[in-house]
Amino acid sequence: MSASLADRKAASTPPDLVEIRDLVVTFGDQPAVRGLDLTLRRGEALGIVGESGCGKSVTWLAALGLLPPTATVEGSVRLAGQELLGAAPATLDTLRGGRIAIIFQDPTSSLNPVHRVGTQVREALRLHRGMDHRAAAAEALRLFDLVGIPDSRRRVDLYPHELSGGQNQRVMIAMALAGQPDVLIADEPTTALDATIQAQILELLQKVQRETGMALVLISHDLGVVAELCQRVGVMYAGRMVEMAEASQLFAHPLHPYTKGLLAALPDLSGPRRRLVPIQGSVPEPGAMPAGCAFMPRCPDQQRQCTALPALRELAPAHHVACVRAPIMRAAP
Amino acid sequence: MTLLHAINLTRDYATRAGLFSRLQSVRAVDGVSLTLTPGRTLGLVGESGCGKSTTGRLVLGLEPPSSGEVRFADAAMPKPGSKQWRQLRARMQMVFQDPLGALDRRMTVAQLVHEPLVIHGMAAGPERTLLVAAAMDAAGIGPDLAPRHPHELSGGQRQRAVIARALVTNPDLLVCDEPVSALDVSIQAQVINRLVDVQQERGIAMLFISHDLKLVRQISHEVAVMYLGRIVEQGAPDAIFTDPLHPYTKALVSAIPSITRRSTPRIVLDGDPPNPANRPSGCAFHPRCREAVASCRVDTPALRPTADGRSVACHLVPSVTVSEAA
Repeated sequence: MSASLADRKAASTPPDLVEIRDLVVTFGDQPAVRGLDLTLRRGEALGIVGESGCGKSVTWLAALGLLPPTATVEGSVRLAGQELLGAAPATLDTLRGGRIAIIFQDPTSSLNPVHRVGTQVREALRLHRGMDHRAAAAEALRLFDLVGIPDSRRRVDLYPHELSGGQNQRVMIAMALAGQPDVLIADEPTTALDATIQAQILELLQKVQRETGMALVLISHDLGVVAELCQRVGVMYAGRMVEMAEASQLFAHPLHPYTKGLLAALPDLSGPRRRLVPIQGSVPEPGAMPAGCAFMPRCPDQQRQCTALPALRELAPAHHVACVRAPIMRAAP
Repeated sequence: MTLLHAINLTRDYATRAGLFSRLQSVRAVDGVSLTLTPGRTLGLVGESGCGKSTTGRLVLGLEPPSSGEVRFADAAMPKPGSKQWRQLRARMQMVFQDPLGALDRRMTVAQLVHEPLVIHGMAAGPERTLLVAAAMDAAGIGPDLAPRHPHELSGGQRQRAVIARALVTNPDLLVCDEPVSALDVSIQAQVINRLVDVQQERGIAMLFISHDLKLVRQISHEVAVMYLGRIVEQGAPDAIFTDPLHPYTKALVSAIPSITRRSTPRIVLDGDPPNPANRPSGCAFHPRCREAVASCRVDTPALRPTADGRSVACHLVPSVTVSEAA
């Protein structure tokens, strides 16, 4: 007994890397994130899915202090115990690109067009790892090889416009890895890429995550992309988490009507062809959120009790759902 | 019964590799033939730069082919911009990806749907009102949306307004270029179902251009896969997507992320799609192909019929030749 307690104390690194509590983000009077709780464990690949405007990107931009001053951010975001919200700009500057790296949908516009790609990666290495020029040059080449840029010795001297979109995304990943991050946030990293290039980048993300042991947050509208890469998946709707579970569990046994709706609306590449089942209506405007469950106006199973705000509850092991009807639906044969 | 016949279309563009370099010719579409039939959909898939959108524009006569011919209802396509072509355009409509860019922001939905009738001088007075109402109904736009402007609509409603505008002239042919790519999943399904219904009700021939294989399978009766300006495989959707024969189609199909566990390992191609300005010799796919043999570097494979009724352009896929069949 006392030994196990000692063991627990000896484990100096707690398993939770990022803890988001009660995050609220508002632009003027328009809410974007409306009370979000989320835990990211060390080394896990977590997928966040949802449609445009659900707050899946804003959550992480807010956590990293990357939103414009017009946004109000409340709540708490802790990275290994350190509070990020309201942290000094200098603190955030060392964390961003250091312990937390982020890559975006459009790699070509994320890179500086007037600097060679190698220079940009070397700059990250000098900033976050304090390397001198010679060491940074060698490390940049190693990173270019790691992310699978062929002919890296020549490519480090090219400009972003001389590389394809897929190659630029590899450069972005190399730059993200330069700070040896604990977590990489990938916001729609393959949405702008062609299918065969998307497959290359997904394989690369999987490889670097395995080799570096960093955690990965994959934000995507594409359920398939998330299913391929992530162990755990959260589904967001209108600024809230509505369902969170192990990926296999979520896709095989979705419990929230919105998750079920998303899966029914999606055509598949195999199996019998069936008529798609759309979700009726559209996402509520941020300024006109219904009281209670935001999905209620579109929900095929709405009831009177849906006018109360549903809390995210654990209805099956590690399977959290924010729907007052879900337990009843689940109990039904 | 064939509505439109495209025969051996090619399209060359003149470009410069740099500011001061010489003009060079780039072949965007290289010998594409296809047939569109009333009530049926041909899905055209491929990655960016493969020539699928250019093919759509050639089919409508929005730009002239460098060689080859488009025949509509058994007659040669009139010269683009000519009076006869404009008359024909009422029978062939196009739906683009970006609905906000396709709609005049100062007009209401009712005016937008009405406008093509004015442009083509079709119908008059009360008959026009009836046509507009029918088109809006077919596209799934309620009368309550008629007085709204494009910016007051959601993305899905806008795309349905674009579809209503395309339907109002009662076209025989609809070319849809990535019509739902800008929409969220739940809204995509609404628009796709609408398109399928309208096509069946009105017997429209449709060319559906998309990079999304799942959508193309959902909506198409036949699928053509393009790579660098050429069709490399063509046939029934289920045959192509469950048992692709061309090595490029195999890689493309296996690259699609799926929520169901895959049974076969993913084929990840090396390299990027080649630049049309710097086209590999022989089969354009051979530098990325794992199965390529010596002849693939030299000879361009023709699109030939296979035993199961599709067409494949690959030296390694056995074809049924005329002499064998005889």
